[in-house]
Amino acid sequence: MKIRLDNVIKTFDTFRAVHGVSLEIESGELLALLGPSGSGKTTILRMVAGLEFADGGHIFFGDEDATDIPVRDRGVGFVFQHYALFPHMTVAENIAFGMKVSRVKREKAAIATRVEELLRLVRLEGLGGRFPSQISGGQRQRVALARALAVDPKVLLLDEPFGALDASVRRDLRRWLREIHDELGITTLFVTHDQEEALDLADRVVILNEGRIVQQGTPEEVCREPNSAFVVSFLGDANRLPASVSSGRADLDGAQLAAPELADGPAEVYLRPGDLDWSTTGSGISASVIRVIDRPDARRVLVQTESGHALELDVPPETRVQPNERGFVQIRRARIFARTADQA
Amino acid sequence: MARRVLPGLPLALGITLVYVSIIVVLPLGALIFKAASLGPEDYWRIVSSARAVASYRVTVLSALAATAFNLVFGMALAWVLVRYRFPGRRFIDALVDLPFALPTAVAGIALTALFAPNGWFGSILGLAGIKVAYTPLGIMIAMSFTSLPFIVRTVQPVLEDLDPALEEAAQSLGGSDVSIFLRVILPLLAPALLAGLSLSFARSLGEFGAIIFIAGNQPMETEITALLTFIRLEEYDYQAAAAVASVLLITAFLMLAITNILQARALRYTARG
Repeated sequence: MKIRLDNVIKTFDTFRAVHGVSLEIESGELLALLGPSGSGKTTILRMVAGLEFADGGHIFFGDEDATDIPVRDRGVGFVFQHYALFPHMTVAENIAFGMKVSRVKREKAAIATRVEELLRLVRLEGLGGRFPSQISGGQRQRVALARALAVDPKVLLLDEPFGALDASVRRDLRRWLREIHDELGITTLFVTHDQEEALDLADRVVILNEGRIVQQGTPEEVCREPNSAFVVSFLGDANRLPASVSSGRADLDGAQLAAPELADGPAEVYLRPGDLDWSTTGSGISASVIRVIDRPDARRVLVQTESGHALELDVPPETRVQPNERGFVQIRRARIFARTADQA
Repeated sequence: MARRVLPGLPLALGITLVYVSIIVVLPLGALIFKAASLGPEDYWRIVSSARAVASYRVTVLSALAATAFNLVFGMALAWVLVRYRFPGRRFIDALVDLPFALPTAVAGIALTALFAPNGWFGSILGLAGIKVAYTPLGIMIAMSFTSLPFIVRTVQPVLEDLDPALEEAAQSLGGSDVSIFLRVILPLLAPALLAGLSLSFARSLGEFGAIIFIAGNQPMETEITALLTFIRLEEYDYQAAAAVASVLLITAFLMLAITNILQARALRYTARG
């Protein structure tokens, strides 16, 4: 089912959580709402679910205006960050809940068959008789998903679904959710503050900040063509250096970068640690090494430039570099944005 | 064993056992001893006398009615105090404890003044033909007044811990308000409700001060068991007093045992496997 948000606004008391957000989610798409806390992403998700109601604008499910339909009639599956499993029901009873309370009466046997089917789908065969307190966090989240899927929702909504889990469990569950999505083809919207999760899982990522959409696009688009300083720094580690632009060239600490689209004036240069190289000879920004942090896949070098700015760069593990060494930082790739008033 | 902050097991256990023995077990033991010093026939004659049986009847039925009333009203009160924010909420929250703090005789006198045929409530209810003071209805009102805090104070903390996401999850799965209440909220409150119910009922069985003023104390009609015990004491018939009291004791004990079993069943899901 295609979902469309048209200029949706939500205000809590005096705080405007969502400022006129318009968004389309294609049928069968897996879309991530990504943003820092307070960016309004959860509020948007809850409005799509019908757990909150918009103060302005409309939400369409297909052609139907669903803005004022309450959650129990909206036909959504909602998965909560902390699972919200019914603690006094077994796993099987949790999954069966939606079918039992439904207005559509089902045979007991039909419910039991469907529960078995869903337990198989979420790979929890044989655990139907356990209580939620008797299974692990990852298993609980899978039960929560099975419970949401049991009512054949038109759209699946997940609120920070893996936020409360260990890193390794989270990675497995992410891949597995992608498989389930591909198998069922259900329109899915999930909220996360973890950019890695969003990029790993989603067909399309919507990046939010302070209740507004900053950028939306495929993971490739938002990674390769970030449209703002916010997107660059939110999607990953980035060094920020002040620069000044004149006649299409940015000047920073002795290095020159092409900035053909920018007007003259102060600017900010964003540099990813992996886009910087280190050499003891040659050209570039002159700097000295403060510290080296070793990681499995690279060495992170913390340097200070002659003008006193700190930079971080990732160099290949075999690079020989040690503290107090002097050398040059070479820039392979950079993002330059005009400095706006609120960043100053 | 890891070192604990509080004094070790031998000391802590010793102190608590001595305390429980002196304060709880000894008086109850004396009561049973006294009752047992009657022969079985005398004992049976006293506890099954028409007047005693009438007092059990009026006590237990009033206590049941008062507890049932408190179940509904106490749960609603706890719900409102936990789920809503309104001016005066903290004041009402503090008022709930008043029946605990107030001497029960004072409560009894106040209730009698209100519900007497010429009192504020009594005169209005009298127009509708309802008599409260000096009837079992008055006993019930006194009982529910003194035992209300038990239900509110046991349910309140559990309600506070109840994750609102559970209700939202149930709604998103299509549950109606009634089915969410019956299938999700009530089962989760059940252990606390049972605890509150048993305490409320036990307190109602044993309540004395608040009731004797409003009840009228007509033998066979509005005489409660605790009062009958007191009358036997006044007559220096200690054995008969102990015998009648032992019936109350056994009833309270059985009821607590039953609620414990029910509670264990309701809490089955917390057991880890």
